Amino acid sequence: MPAILGKKIGMTNVFDGQGRQVCVTVIEAGPCQVLQVKSVDTDGYNAVQLGFAEKPVRLVTKPLAGHFKKSGATAKRFIREYRTDDTAKYQPGAQVTVVEFEGVDLVDVIGVSKGRGFAGVMKRHHFGGQPASHGTERKHRSSGGIGEGAGIPGRAVRLGKRMSGHMGHERRTIERIKLVKIDAEANLLVVRGSVPGPNGAYVLVRNARKVGVPKQK
Amino acid sequence: MRQAALQRVEAEFMVKDRPDFHVGDNVDIGVRIMEGDKERTQVFTGVVLGRRGGGLTETFTVRRIVASEGVERTFPLHAPSIAFIRVIRSGKVRRAKLTYLRKRTGKATRLEEERREVVPGEGAPAETAEA
Repeated sequence: MPAILGKKIGMTNVFDGQGRQVCVTVIEAGPCQVLQVKSVDTDGYNAVQLGFAEKPVRLVTKPLAGHFKKSGATAKRFIREYRTDDTAKYQPGAQVTVVEFEGVDLVDVIGVSKGRGFAGVMKRHHFGGQPASHGTERKHRSSGGIGEGAGIPGRAVRLGKRMSGHMGHERRTIERIKLVKIDAEANLLVVRGSVPGPNGAYVLVRNARKVGVPKQK
Repeated sequence: MRQAALQRVEAEFMVKDRPDFHVGDNVDIGVRIMEGDKERTQVFTGVVLGRRGGGLTETFTVRRIVASEGVERTFPLHAPSIAFIRVIRSGKVRRAKLTYLRKRTGKATRLEEERREVVPGEGAPAETAEA
């Protein structure tokens, strides 16, 4: 059950065995360092904490500096842990590279989606908006009614109503995408399709959790 | 660094011997077609309307008239299904995209020839049996 941290580089196309064009995302993954190995005895659960991307020492807070020192690792920008019972092969300070993904077919990619700011209902929830004409004024992109407001109950009851608001910049997991290529020399993973976040965003790549027949061809 | 990583991934799939053809050129495109388990090459002849994109994602569009109906095909430049690209005649054009040819028929679609040194790509046979 390997996992690794990486940076989304960008998207391009490659050709598969049948000569078909396939869109892929290139992820610069690792080398990561193991910062901590958690166990049921000490932490209540088994997990491995990884760090990726060097960080200048001047930017490291003292509590974090102690944490890095304990594992013998250098300071890292991006720290994530993933739960696994198979922690025996990980030692604090050890390197984790893309080589661990050798033989892996499907992966999950976890990242933070692109932030869209305060988005209206048409973009955020795919509402239809209002008519362009027939007397519609300044309301072309609004939602329809959101419920009774006057009389009883005397206030608008709109719990759970889909409205405009902040969209994006959320943790998202893309499950079960095909791992097209591993480039151990350049620390690259090439996965099929898209991955959450802008180019340059940090992501976690892990072996696909769910099993079964993949949706993708 | 960012671009370098993308180029590294693309490099493996790039076809290096594509000839240097331009918008407005008349070209033969050898397209590999699988019929059952047999492969043959079909030639698509026409004028290059435009090229877009870069690197491995670059594509080009070729237009020809089949049975008085305009047919356009867009190929990825580095598609393995393209056996060869052969420049027959170079057209003199002043546009990057020749979309205006779509509105024209017959003699109006002719392009003035431009004498240009054509560097034939490898794998472009001088003589190929029409498929």
